[in-house]
Amino acid sequence: MENTRVTLCGVELDNPVIPASGTFGYGYEFAELYDINCLGTFSFKGTTREPRFGNPTPRIADCTGGMINAVGLQNPGVEQVISEELPKLKKVFHKPVMANVSGFSVEDYAYTCERLDQQEQVGWLEVNISCPNVHGGGMSFGTDPAAAASVIRAIKAVTKKPVIAKLSPNVTDITAIAKACEEAGADGISLINTLLGMRIDLKTKRPVIANTMGGFSGPAIFPVALRMVYQTARAVNIPVIGIGGVSTAEDVLEMMLAGATAVEVGAANLVDPFICRDIVRDLPEAMRRYGIGNLCDIIGGVTQWEKT
Amino acid sequence: MKQCFFTITENRPLTETVMEMKLAGDTSAITVPGQFVNIRLEGRFLRRPISVCCAEEGLLTLIYKIVGGGTRQMAEMHPGARLDLLSGLGNGFDLSYAGDAPLLLGGGVGAPPMYWLAKELTAQGVPVRAVLGFNTKSEVFYEEELKKLGAEVTVTTVDGSYGVKGFVTDGLPERYSYFFACGPEPMLKAVWKHTNTSGQLSFEERMGCGFGACMGCSCKTITGYKRICKDGPVLRKEEILWKTPV
Repeated sequence: MENTRVTLCGVELDNPVIPASGTFGYGYEFAELYDINCLGTFSFKGTTREPRFGNPTPRIADCTGGMINAVGLQNPGVEQVISEELPKLKKVFHKPVMANVSGFSVEDYAYTCERLDQQEQVGWLEVNISCPNVHGGGMSFGTDPAAAASVIRAIKAVTKKPVIAKLSPNVTDITAIAKACEEAGADGISLINTLLGMRIDLKTKRPVIANTMGGFSGPAIFPVALRMVYQTARAVNIPVIGIGGVSTAEDVLEMMLAGATAVEVGAANLVDPFICRDIVRDLPEAMRRYGIGNLCDIIGGVTQWEKT
Repeated sequence: MKQCFFTITENRPLTETVMEMKLAGDTSAITVPGQFVNIRLEGRFLRRPISVCCAEEGLLTLIYKIVGGGTRQMAEMHPGARLDLLSGLGNGFDLSYAGDAPLLLGGGVGAPPMYWLAKELTAQGVPVRAVLGFNTKSEVFYEEELKKLGAEVTVTTVDGSYGVKGFVTDGLPERYSYFFACGPEPMLKAVWKHTNTSGQLSFEERMGCGFGACMGCSCKTITGYKRICKDGPVLRKEEILWKTPV
């Protein structure tokens, strides 16, 4: 009997499959389709101190092997998330949920995290210091080790729950940022957020995205994400969540061999709303095929080529 | 919403760039005119949202314009091919507001949803008046199909090569009880401005998922932020906030 359980920052998960923030709303669109309690957990829509509409439309572009989004953190704000979204979620999801938080200042991040830390349903705080779609926030904190550390330190000072730093791939050395977050007290690292991308409409000669650029995600980024997960997992001593282009149970195994303790599934949810349920279903069979009994045993277990 | 496979039974051109595709499958999730389906195409990442022209008892009719690679790929498909659809998406039109003399306004590939709407309304014994707008005579389609349902149809063409010269707003009748509109945004704006009754307008936007998860197609309305795919595509005239001044 295959064992899919993993422990993420001290909290046990039935399986490592986690729908990624921004692709799963606050859960209930999917709860109408299947019982979302089959998931390890999910990371809810990026939440900020104040409500946000986000960027002007169009903010979606199709690409080969993926898509670009420039939503820009549309969300109802932390108070409404606490008063409306979490109570609604409680009815359909009975596990700890991962709260995804973004901000425009260190104080913003700390305030929003402190409010969500007080919510019983929240199991982890995933801190988005990597959103490429907002000015003066998000990614600007995640591309500089000192800025990243200051955000994490401020959050750790006001929270008790595990804090996971979600990192941007749009940097020269992701391990430097990861190490800075670890030193600042982060309990985990999740990576990668989207890669900055762009498309142009040949008919109008304008960018497809109103905001010109956006974040590229989807199966095409899987090898880049896997490489960065591998590098980061070897650089830090805290758990790593692998994100980027995951769409099959085999992708989950690959991410875990590279060093991921759990795996987030993003863009694939938007094309196939049942994909996370199916990955959870397919995982034991995939483990059997590759002779894996305990999933947690393969974390970081990639075998190196012998040097010749 | 349902995810299911449909089999193409027919795929034929209506004009040089507009195709009619008929598919057999489980149409049970498509409950009202004005809803749409989201189609997965081989080699394309995001699905392609297409409005429903008609959906009855396992037969789905879609009318689409060839605008890019995805719709070109659809145009090249043959009967017998299977398509993965998310069906029954969007709110659709609320027919209960129609009144005794509803007006249906369709511009270009905004015309197809008006077919099922007209069919439902005429089946209820409501006399339907429709104005269909196109650029030129060679682009006109579905005039006869709507007439066969018993609807009184006016066609407008921008260049005057067929029917009334001008836009759908140049073909408005003197009296109507309510209107339903679908078409490109400039047309919807003109309809919003020139109609003298309440009504419902169906919008188009670039979508990610099509079922309310990604917030890709949000818009601002008087009643708050709405997702075109889930809270729309149909909005009430009174709640619309235009992105640019009318």
